[in-house]
Amino acid sequence: MAAENKKVWHTVTVESNDEVAEGIRRIVLRYPTRQKAKPGTHVDLEVPQPSGETLSRSYSIVDVDPTGHLIALSVLKVKASRGGSAAMHTLSAGTSLRATEPLQNFPLGVGASRYVLVAGGIGVTALVGMAAVLKARGADYEMVYVGRSRDVMAYLSELEAEHGDRLRVYAEGSALDVDALLDEIAADTRAASTELYLCGPIRLMDEVRRGWEHHGLPATNLRFETFGNSGSWAPQDFIVRIPRLGVEARVDANTTMLEALESLGVEMMFDCRKGECGLCEVRVLELDGQVDHRDVFLSRTQREEGTRMCSCVSRVVAAGTPVREDPEDETVDLEAAARNPGVVTIETT
Amino acid sequence: MTMTDPQQTSSVETAASSTTTAKIFNFPLNAWYVAAWDYELTNKGLLARTVCGKPLALWRTSDGRPVALADACWHRLAPLSKGRILPGDEVQCPYHGLQFNSAGRCTKMPAQQTINPSAAVPSYPAVERHRYVWVWLGDPDLADPDTIPDMHQMASDEWAGDGKTIHAKCNYQLILDNLMDLTHEEFVHSSSIGQEELSEAEFNTTHDENSVTVTRWMRDIDPPPFWLKNIRDRFPGYEGKVDRWQIVRFQAPSTICIDVGVAKAGTGAPEGDRSQGVNGYVMNTITPETDRTSHYFWAFMRNYRLESQTITTQLREGVHGVFGEDEEMLMAQQQAIDANPEHEFYSLNIDMGGMWVRRILERMMQAEGRDTRA
Repeated sequence: MAAENKKVWHTVTVESNDEVAEGIRRIVLRYPTRQKAKPGTHVDLEVPQPSGETLSRSYSIVDVDPTGHLIALSVLKVKASRGGSAAMHTLSAGTSLRATEPLQNFPLGVGASRYVLVAGGIGVTALVGMAAVLKARGADYEMVYVGRSRDVMAYLSELEAEHGDRLRVYAEGSALDVDALLDEIAADTRAASTELYLCGPIRLMDEVRRGWEHHGLPATNLRFETFGNSGSWAPQDFIVRIPRLGVEARVDANTTMLEALESLGVEMMFDCRKGECGLCEVRVLELDGQVDHRDVFLSRTQREEGTRMCSCVSRVVAAGTPVREDPEDETVDLEAAARNPGVVTIETT
Repeated sequence: MTMTDPQQTSSVETAASSTTTAKIFNFPLNAWYVAAWDYELTNKGLLARTVCGKPLALWRTSDGRPVALADACWHRLAPLSKGRILPGDEVQCPYHGLQFNSAGRCTKMPAQQTINPSAAVPSYPAVERHRYVWVWLGDPDLADPDTIPDMHQMASDEWAGDGKTIHAKCNYQLILDNLMDLTHEEFVHSSSIGQEELSEAEFNTTHDENSVTVTRWMRDIDPPPFWLKNIRDRFPGYEGKVDRWQIVRFQAPSTICIDVGVAKAGTGAPEGDRSQGVNGYVMNTITPETDRTSHYFWAFMRNYRLESQTITTQLREGVHGVFGEDEEMLMAQQQAIDANPEHEFYSLNIDMGGMWVRRILERMMQAEGRDTRA
């Protein structure tokens, strides 16, 4: 479970790009050298844009072929794509782009007496490889896969065929009862040595994280990965103001607050840009609307205090915007935002 | 580390430039290596030791389980080995106080209420066996403790003895070469175990997938000083010829147990009756530290006069003296290798055992997609 986090870049070519579920494409990249991709790894890509610029994006590795040259990713096209997923979906075979060797932030542990994998929607991409390794190890594992409907759930039939009864699917009206799942884990004799790996929308992650703590399960046995791209509301435009600098910016739905401020020349501190490290935290001085916290740095208590937010991933929505039902619905509520955009007044470090 | 395409490697090689005789030999990672003697790991403090180029912080949980963590904090890479063990089996970084459990997962970060989900240090499989702590730095899914080399004489009611560690300033393979061919005893250890008959006697070599055995019998010879002392420990005042044996057995990746002994000449030892002799096992296991330094763990075990601590001490110190001669030669050899980069190795027939060892290790590295040359 080494933390392989040194970025080594290659020029790779797109081998294939096929739809594997509604709105989800499996994109296979050919690497010039043999790669090893342990479960939980991802790659960073420089995604080409129509403008000729590139966007940096991270995608989980679904699988690697036996030669070690073909790495498969799966990309959900979000309706309000920040430019990454839309461009990824149109990549044609033979296209070259820059990609890193596999990077590891989500290693699968060894030696737990029981493993539970919880996948929500496109989050399944990070867990397909883990399930395969756990099966090969002969480990005691279960996989829980939650989605809106079967036709938008990637790899569903493959997972059913491979894992049989070890896979529990919740789709089309049968909702996962997180509390019941955690009750069952906590009541088991193996509770102290059960590891849960989680990847999905932020609301599912928040619910599992809260419940895990509430059930008194060991904090380090809950592992999750987030790329900071799912919130409680669909992204919409909002206004950010920094009185000290006399700056006011409109953050559009496809941009982050951090990016918007950077583009205005505000010198921002940051590191991970995915809501984990807390370096891009800003103080919230005034708020008209609601903060959509998409980070995992701030605790629940800190979120409730309402005095800070992580500018790399978290957003503001207009007051009264209804919480979205489908966590992967990224439809921009342009009307609401145009009528009465959220406004946040902040102070930076 | 850069990944190497094995196909590319083989395509640029010609048959003449075999990598089996690489001077600076790489090491397989999907293998068990000894990191420490059992007594070196405690629940009181951390031991810093580098294995296969990877710095490790070694310690024990309160219930005695050995733990091997990468010796660099997730945050700013300060060495955890300079930190301390806290109640609850956690290690605290000496610099900013981050805490990690035995699986390497961060349990505490300073000045924040959450823990970064990616915060962990690598934790490597570690198993205690045969008085040693073994670690596995390769793919943890392949780490099967049943593949730890057999060194059962180290902890057995039928054997007694002790050993030491040599920090050898040479590539680990040079030590394996040394032990697989004991002809060198005649020249390096002339005052203790060396004798002319070593290079005169025939030897027999066999191998399988992951072991190599070299057998040499010297019949009806005068015992060298070391063996004369030993046989007299069991048969006081013994004078006369002996039959002497050396059965060298390599087990991948780097353990060599040598069945050694002498028996009164003509009493049937070569045919299997060792009752009129003394038998020892030289237990050697070598762990690459870097490509030019090694941890050489050894012990000398015997199956006679088990009650005598005096003999245990004498044998340990005696072998220590003998191995000091090897240590000096191996360091000098490494220096000469580095001073003559344009010269390659040539082989002799006596290298048969060592060459099979190299071939087995080469196959293991090929399976991992790694080069033989470090």
